[in-house]
Amino acid sequence: MIKFKSEYSHADVTPKSYWLNRRKLIMGGTGAVLASPFAGSVLGKAFPSPIASPYSTDQEPHSFEDITTYNNFYEFGTRKGDPAKNAHNLTTEPWTVTIDGLCDNPGEYSVHELIEKYPIEERIYRLRCVEAWSMVVPWIGFELGKLIEDSLPDSKAKFVAFETLVRPEEMVGQRSGFLDWPYREGLRLDEAMNPLTIMSVGLYGELMPNQNGAPIRLVVPWKYGFKSIKSIVKMTFTEEMPLTSWNDQNPREYGFYSNVNPNVSHPRWSQAAERVIGTGLFAKKIPTLMFNGYEEHVAHLYEGMDLTENY
Amino acid sequence: MAYSQRINGWLRKIPAWPLYFLLPIPGIYTFVLALLNQLGPDPLYELIRTFGERGLQLIILTLLISPIRRWTGVSLLKFRRAIGLVSFYYICSHMLVWIAIDQGWNINTIIEEIIKRPFITVGMFGFLTMVPLAITSNNYSIRRLGALVWNKIHRLVYLAGAAGVIHYLLVVKAWPMEPIVYTLIVALLLAIRLWWKINKKKKKPA
Repeated sequence: MIKFKSEYSHADVTPKSYWLNRRKLIMGGTGAVLASPFAGSVLGKAFPSPIASPYSTDQEPHSFEDITTYNNFYEFGTRKGDPAKNAHNLTTEPWTVTIDGLCDNPGEYSVHELIEKYPIEERIYRLRCVEAWSMVVPWIGFELGKLIEDSLPDSKAKFVAFETLVRPEEMVGQRSGFLDWPYREGLRLDEAMNPLTIMSVGLYGELMPNQNGAPIRLVVPWKYGFKSIKSIVKMTFTEEMPLTSWNDQNPREYGFYSNVNPNVSHPRWSQAAERVIGTGLFAKKIPTLMFNGYEEHVAHLYEGMDLTENY
Repeated sequence: MAYSQRINGWLRKIPAWPLYFLLPIPGIYTFVLALLNQLGPDPLYELIRTFGERGLQLIILTLLISPIRRWTGVSLLKFRRAIGLVSFYYICSHMLVWIAIDQGWNINTIIEEIIKRPFITVGMFGFLTMVPLAITSNNYSIRRLGALVWNKIHRLVYLAGAAGVIHYLLVVKAWPMEPIVYTLIVALLLAIRLWWKINKKKKKPA
């Protein structure tokens, strides 16, 4: 693993005038710039100065290479290397996210609008996959709670449902039926409003690579990775617990909550420890932490709930 | 038939022993890549998967030899022992990497996992069915046991093949392509045996 260690922040790399300039270019709605893969190399990073967050871990993030070549994104194939190979075909511009359901302010927003509207932060989070591996990712994004507040969910709304794009012409995995497309996920409203929950639009200061869920995805760091749905096109406020893809595929193995929990093993494998990606063949596994180490921020959401039953 | 006899003539000139060196090469190559950290971000998983998959591929190859002989007359029989034994080496490596690196020789958790996790139980069972095959894969055993008994023992390979694909199906999430394809191939190859057996029985009274 290439270690990323620097006393400088992303902002130190590029002079301020430069990135202000660039930010204007992006925010000015020049889609071409945003869509161009060369934009980053010519003008610096897409998000040169995200706000640092107290929610970030001080663990070192994994290398850009590890994060972008080891992905579960079944829309582009079931092997870890498939998304990196196939996702470049995905058109992410234009892209709109529809917000509907039980709310007073539904709408349709382009990703640019959302980036412009909400404070963009860097959140360095642990990511724990249900397959018992983990990595640390420096996400760029904004708190989902702010978008939800602005959507004015009504008093009946108890859940938020999310949907990924369906476009089999560009998403080769969707030509097979591993899962029932579109990929769907959902959160309880209070989980979605938790400040840890973000809509992510990039990583390492760059726009979100396609294989990581471009242009906009959810990140819920205390839940198994599959809850953090990628390439989102729709968000719906509902009263009933929404259908979620893996739960639908195998309810015994994948619960709606899917909180990281070392004490509740997956029916087929233990969740007590995890392989840290990129640490080589002989690296020792590390113990998995309750709620992936975010217990202090989220344990109250599940007070009084039997987490063995509500896995 | 003349065609197949000509091929058989060529095959007679090819020795089987180089297979013992050639067939392990892809596995050794993968292992070296893993040691050099060139196997992607998750070398352990990749190594285990590759060893298991190669083992399964070779088991399937041994199961293909009889149907090929019956239908085309081409006999690859003399290569079967080498292929079978190397498949056993791959399965041993597959298991050993799991025991030594993944589980770190922690015997208690290993036993617990074997009991608790159906895919590991099935995999272990498949491995055990291969042990007698490997032990008796020599001319001495054939002489000692007699061809009839020896053949019976070696039908265990059907169980090994079945266990292999069930193990694969149980370990993956959802329904990816590879395990399904291997399962269909093994199911077909076993069905052929069943078909032969039924036909043989039918012929007997007549």
